[in-house]
Amino acid sequence: MSAATAAAAAYLVASLLFVRSLAGLSRHETAGAGNRYGIAGMALALLTTGALAVREASPTVLLLAAAAMAVGAVVGLQRAQRVEMTGMPELIALLHSFVGLAAVLVGWNGYLSVEGAAPGRAEALDLPVGIHSAEVAIGVFIGAVTFTGSVVAFLKLSARMRSNPLMLPGRNLLNLAALVAFAVLTAVFVVSPSLPVLGAVTALALLLGWHLVASIGGGDMPVVVSMLNSYSGWAAAASGFLLDNDLLIITGALVGSSGAYLSYIMCRAMNRSFLSVIAGGFGNEGSTAAAAVEGQHTETGAEDVAAMLREAESVVITPGYGMAVAHAQGPVAELTRKLADAGVRVRFGIHPVAGRLPGHMNVLLAEAKVPYDIVLEMDEVNDDLAATDVVLVIGANDTVNPAATEDPGSPIAGMPVLRVWEARTVVVFKRSMSTGYAGVQNPLFFRENTRMLFGDARERVEDILKAL
Amino acid sequence: MLIGVPRESGPRETRVAATPATTRQLTGLGYEVLVEAGAGVRSSAPDDAYAAAGARIGSAADAWGADVVLHVGKPSPAEIGMLREGAVLIATLAPAFDPQLVEELATRPITALAVDAVPRISRAQSLDVLSSMANIAGYRAVIEAAHTFGRFFTGQVTAAGKVPPAKVLVCGAGVAGLAAIGTASSLGAIVRATDVRPEVAEQVRSVGGEYVAVPAAEQQLSTDGYAREMSEDYNRRAAAMYAEQARDVDIIVTTALIPGRPAPRLITAEMVAGMRPGSVVVDMAAAQGGNVAGSVPDELVVTPNGVTIIGYTDLPGRLPAQASQLYGTNLVNLLKLLTPGKDGRLVLDLDDVVQRAMTVVRDGRVLWPPPPVQVSAAPAPAAAVPAPAPPPPPEPAPARRQAFAVLGAAALFTLTALSPAQLAGNLTVFALAVVVGFYVIGHVHHALHTPLMSVTNAISGIIVVGALLQLGHGSAAATALALVAVLLASINVFGGFAVTRRMLAMFTTTGPPATPRPPATARPERNAR
Repeated sequence: MSAATAAAAAYLVASLLFVRSLAGLSRHETAGAGNRYGIAGMALALLTTGALAVREASPTVLLLAAAAMAVGAVVGLQRAQRVEMTGMPELIALLHSFVGLAAVLVGWNGYLSVEGAAPGRAEALDLPVGIHSAEVAIGVFIGAVTFTGSVVAFLKLSARMRSNPLMLPGRNLLNLAALVAFAVLTAVFVVSPSLPVLGAVTALALLLGWHLVASIGGGDMPVVVSMLNSYSGWAAAASGFLLDNDLLIITGALVGSSGAYLSYIMCRAMNRSFLSVIAGGFGNEGSTAAAAVEGQHTETGAEDVAAMLREAESVVITPGYGMAVAHAQGPVAELTRKLADAGVRVRFGIHPVAGRLPGHMNVLLAEAKVPYDIVLEMDEVNDDLAATDVVLVIGANDTVNPAATEDPGSPIAGMPVLRVWEARTVVVFKRSMSTGYAGVQNPLFFRENTRMLFGDARERVEDILKAL
Repeated sequence: MLIGVPRESGPRETRVAATPATTRQLTGLGYEVLVEAGAGVRSSAPDDAYAAAGARIGSAADAWGADVVLHVGKPSPAEIGMLREGAVLIATLAPAFDPQLVEELATRPITALAVDAVPRISRAQSLDVLSSMANIAGYRAVIEAAHTFGRFFTGQVTAAGKVPPAKVLVCGAGVAGLAAIGTASSLGAIVRATDVRPEVAEQVRSVGGEYVAVPAAEQQLSTDGYAREMSEDYNRRAAAMYAEQARDVDIIVTTALIPGRPAPRLITAEMVAGMRPGSVVVDMAAAQGGNVAGSVPDELVVTPNGVTIIGYTDLPGRLPAQASQLYGTNLVNLLKLLTPGKDGRLVLDLDDVVQRAMTVVRDGRVLWPPPPVQVSAAPAPAAAVPAPAPPPPPEPAPARRQAFAVLGAAALFTLTALSPAQLAGNLTVFALAVVVGFYVIGHVHHALHTPLMSVTNAISGIIVVGALLQLGHGSAAATALALVAVLLASINVFGGFAVTRRMLAMFTTTGPPATPRPPATARPERNAR
């Protein structure tokens, strides 16, 4: 057993621990154990790598590396401790950007230690230099796109940047041109590796990542964040190819496919293809697409809603991003507890794209101590809505729009939605009569069994609590 | 402008057109309100309550002489004579049944709005008096039946024996019918309901009834929200169904009305004779000729075989406070529509279908009947056909899919075959890991998607391994870059796992906790002491 084979064995075990970790997340009961498997895998990988590095690097460098890791650990743990659940999307986007940047740095290092090394100091390779160069270019490209894309997503999610899609003329052509330019630059880099060409590849990818995410609107963020999650995985995998390291390849592939799968779920929940999300333009046709809905809405007050809830036997709450914006999850949870104590059956119906992150609503409700077994997925609750007395729509709009199933001409036609209008009464919490993310007017508001409760969701829910 | 609320002169009328609560809303629209003394007494609203709500109290002449007169029932000729020139009268006028009244109104230079002629469109629902009164009447019909019926509605098992639940048949599932179904089922009865419109079956079920269809007959799709007359064949089959039901049920409530026509005869004398003694029939259409043979308007009749037929026509008025409140609110909503400026000035816009439909007389000119209104809210005939299926998510045709698969396989084969051994090995590992990833992630619970993302965030920090391996190779610049990468990736590793732990700890369940919570253990201790 040589050091190399021992390391390979340790890496294999670590990879399996990572697979076990993701498998553990399939159920609430095993999720905690899954996280621990992940930590164990990471610890094993780091120890092994540390042992390998000790044989290569000087003590100063090792000390510096330990210090860097310690600083990273402190920063990371602090962020994790402080972050509010409403701020999870931002944190996740930020973490993606770190992986992207790290991948760029690893790629540059790959170039510096092989092609760009001083004559005679270049590392020996088992494979032609051309392939290595291509791997460098690809790894840097994916990493850089992930980096700027995640930074833009972070800025948009934390409202430091307008979440409206950036509309450059011919933006799809620009993206395509960037890809073609990347292919050409890679070919040049393979033939004659040089620093300027690698710099050009990096700059190009940084711009592409920026533009790609800037041209996607706020409501598509669940797809964007899971897409970036996927990219961060592919970036790690690309580094694995570069360094001939199976652990990096396996882990990167796991993360990459995880993000891709989540993106697929989100796209299906919006009845759109992945490409159309990336190409942006949802609802960009503007208000012209909003079908004019004729009618009058019926307003109601908190006390009437309280009376309605007291009479109800079953209540379903369908939250959306607006609940997170208003920080209403606490009062909503309180309302849930009060109604449950009064013998009312309360459940939550979560649309897959509610919020700005896959599963965002679940985490918010969990933070407010809503038991997870009454938080149901759209498909689990949809058939029960017809037998429900009261549905509370809190900060959701497009995900409860009947036009999606009834109006084939609607821009959101065919998108699976929560069929809340089948319930006896629907109460919609809303700031005003404005349209949702898709810019589509919602005929739900004008239904006979719909009552509008205007104002800040948090204040209104608190009013209802008072009236109860 | 001044709104007058006179006392109702009809002998059975207990309602009033404005309550203290709606008076306050009327003054909020900029109107002055004058209430005739004693107008609200039968609805439990004394004069002081009106005065406290901002109204003046006056005589009958004052109230009828106002700019706008709100009234519940039809006005008498004397009362019409008291209206001043240019006044607006808002009342239940039944213009379709009472052409004579329309003529009389037109002899005066006034405007008359019939609140019972509101078209059934969703926008006008808040001012539809027929709906709000029918809702009350449906409730009261069941209460009257329960009062007369000599038994429980709900089934019980008692020490003195088992009581079967009452069986109730409701004919016509309009607003009144649905209210009756809901009331009877909440009293515990078994409720069945029939209607010529099959689309109401769902609504019947939603209030606790069971929909009984006329077997294999034509079915009617309503275009104006109201029922129409049916064909011979349908009526024959329906009669057979009613006869069968009449023998089985204890209570029948009929609510079948066709606008502008006599009520259809649903229950014949033979069917009544076939019912068990003690059974009750409530004919809510008695005023329009009756759905039931032998019903007399405003009377309670007992047939020779002991079946009681109730023909009260004042069912809403038997809940006067409630009926006045809903009627008054309907009128407030109407005045909101008629007072666009909220400045106490009434503006009638005849281009608006709702206002046009209600206007019977305008400045002494007869405007009845209005042009027909198509109800936008009614299910279009297309609704009978299964709603157009939402277009399935775009999926490539199977042939195209297979072509893609073949192309992909070929590309992967070429790439791997041309690669040196090391790259081929890497590609193998990569491809297998991707497949494993998809299968593992596919099973992740939807609620755990955010923790999944933060875990994958943490493990994609594995790139720290790559950065560590690059330490000490190459130049100082390379080492510096590697150190930065180590720092960034460490943030990911530690931050990702920590935040996942925090999140997972938040998820709780309603089920029995694995470990008893502190309060649960504390209590027995205290008891032990």
